[in-house]
Amino acid sequence: MNIPAMNIPAMSTLAPVPLSSRAMAALYLREARFEFLRVLRAPAFSVPTLVFAPMFYLLFGVLLNRGNAGAASYLMVTYSVFGVMGPGLFGFGVGLAMDRERGLLTLKRVQPVPASALLLAKVGMAMIFAACIGAMLLTLGIVLGGVDLDVSQVARLLCVDVLGVMPFCAIGLLIGTLVNGSAAPAVVNLIYMPMALLSGLWLPLRMLPEMVERIAPLWPAWHLSQLGLKIVGQDSGRPVWMHVTVMLGFTAICLFLAQRRLQRS
Amino acid sequence: MSASIVSAPVVLARLRSARKSYGKVVALDEMSLQLRSGQVLALLGANGAGKSTAVSVMLGLCEADQGDASLLDQRPQAMDSRRRTGVMLQSTQLPDTLKVGELLAMTRGYYPQPLSVADCVAMAGLDGLLERRYGKLSGGQQRRVQFAMAICGRPQVLFLDEPTTGLDIEARQQMWAAIRERAAAGCAVLLTTHYLEEAEALADHVVVMQAGRTLAEGSVEQIRERVLQRRIRCHSRMDEQGIAAWPGVRRVQRDGGLLEIQAEPVEPVVARLLAEDPQLSALEVHRAGLADAFLEITRATEAA
Repeated sequence: MNIPAMNIPAMSTLAPVPLSSRAMAALYLREARFEFLRVLRAPAFSVPTLVFAPMFYLLFGVLLNRGNAGAASYLMVTYSVFGVMGPGLFGFGVGLAMDRERGLLTLKRVQPVPASALLLAKVGMAMIFAACIGAMLLTLGIVLGGVDLDVSQVARLLCVDVLGVMPFCAIGLLIGTLVNGSAAPAVVNLIYMPMALLSGLWLPLRMLPEMVERIAPLWPAWHLSQLGLKIVGQDSGRPVWMHVTVMLGFTAICLFLAQRRLQRS
Repeated sequence: MSASIVSAPVVLARLRSARKSYGKVVALDEMSLQLRSGQVLALLGANGAGKSTAVSVMLGLCEADQGDASLLDQRPQAMDSRRRTGVMLQSTQLPDTLKVGELLAMTRGYYPQPLSVADCVAMAGLDGLLERRYGKLSGGQQRRVQFAMAICGRPQVLFLDEPTTGLDIEARQQMWAAIRERAAAGCAVLLTTHYLEEAEALADHVVVMQAGRTLAEGSVEQIRERVLQRRIRCHSRMDEQGIAAWPGVRRVQRDGGLLEIQAEPVEPVVARLLAEDPQLSALEVHRAGLADAFLEITRATEAA
């Protein structure tokens, strides 16, 4: 059996060897890249995440809509938000719960990898998925739905999609720290689907009972959709800072609770 | 095997009078351990003896209620001590959809001076596996990938929790060779295992744990000597109750024609057997192995 000789000097020295900042940056990028690849290659996650929102939009926003450009752009925005919620909620909620259950998190805790690299890898993965979903819906809306947008609107909508993953990553993180891998998909769906409906992502809120419209500001998904709808001129007229503040607050609370929970386990 | 380069063994990891309980169950009871450079320490014990808890505390995965652990003179959680430690845990499922080469690239990137991919492949026996997805590998192949990830950072301390479970004989011996090579290069290795022949083949120092504390420790030789008895096997029709009364005989068992006698000293018993039964055949005398010693030591205290 061929065993290569070891390099002894590095072994016997006891002086700390830091990782260069370039190597550290590469570590963060690699962690994110492999997280993305890993998820992309798991069709149970990637197919529903990438396909559902465009499919629903094609059905309700294009085929059943019969050329109403206002409805086509409204639904393009709200189905984008619906799509963008998925990777954060599932990636963190289910992904983290599975990682915990499979002992992967324990291994990472003893390996010399900063916890922030793992966290940012998952956020990065969610953002790339969000960008893909946003781009697909914009393409469908412009090409098939007759939505008329200038370049700046397209760019701003994509920004909303990509940055909008944050509160959902945080909610997912909290779920992932609280429940185990087999319960996580159910818990995520129990939050995902009702929140999407109650935030007016499937149907405009004015088609739902007034009560639903009144409590909509409780949901981060509603605030994200309002930011998108403001860009196409169909929002309910609340200021941008309010939507941003609510979503940041939501993110902060979930992160705080998740961190407390992780410290205790 | 290459000559040992490291002059005097240095304590690289230690557990000091650690106590840890989960509710009413005491997992560690004033447990102390010292792991020295160039040494392979085998931690033995039945399930629930506290091996995993000892390893968890030494790695900083959980805090001891009392006492403490240090790794390379630092807190075990410190990034610097983690950079110089390699770990193979017992129940880790790596991401199924990543390829072996990708897992290796990710892990090598955590360390300042990792081994080359070629060295990792050679040492862990990963030939032809780099392009395969982790989830498609056999259990033994997965274990080898985890071993490669444990050694790829040139660790000074290596924790191996049941490393060869699920490996075939050839793969196991290849991993043993790699572990010996690491120890010869000065690495301190802590090994927990269910295979006593593994401890026998690798360990310089054996610690037998029971109920969260050290029951016996020493070299494999010293542990073996704790049970100074050898075992005679032969085919004979002699009456076992008669033999049981002979001097030095501790236990006699019959299995069909096969007679098994534990005795010390063993030589007079063999002579008397041969003298009294000219028909006696298939005579064997075995020295107690680590397995016998382990059973004897743990059985003795359980009875006490």
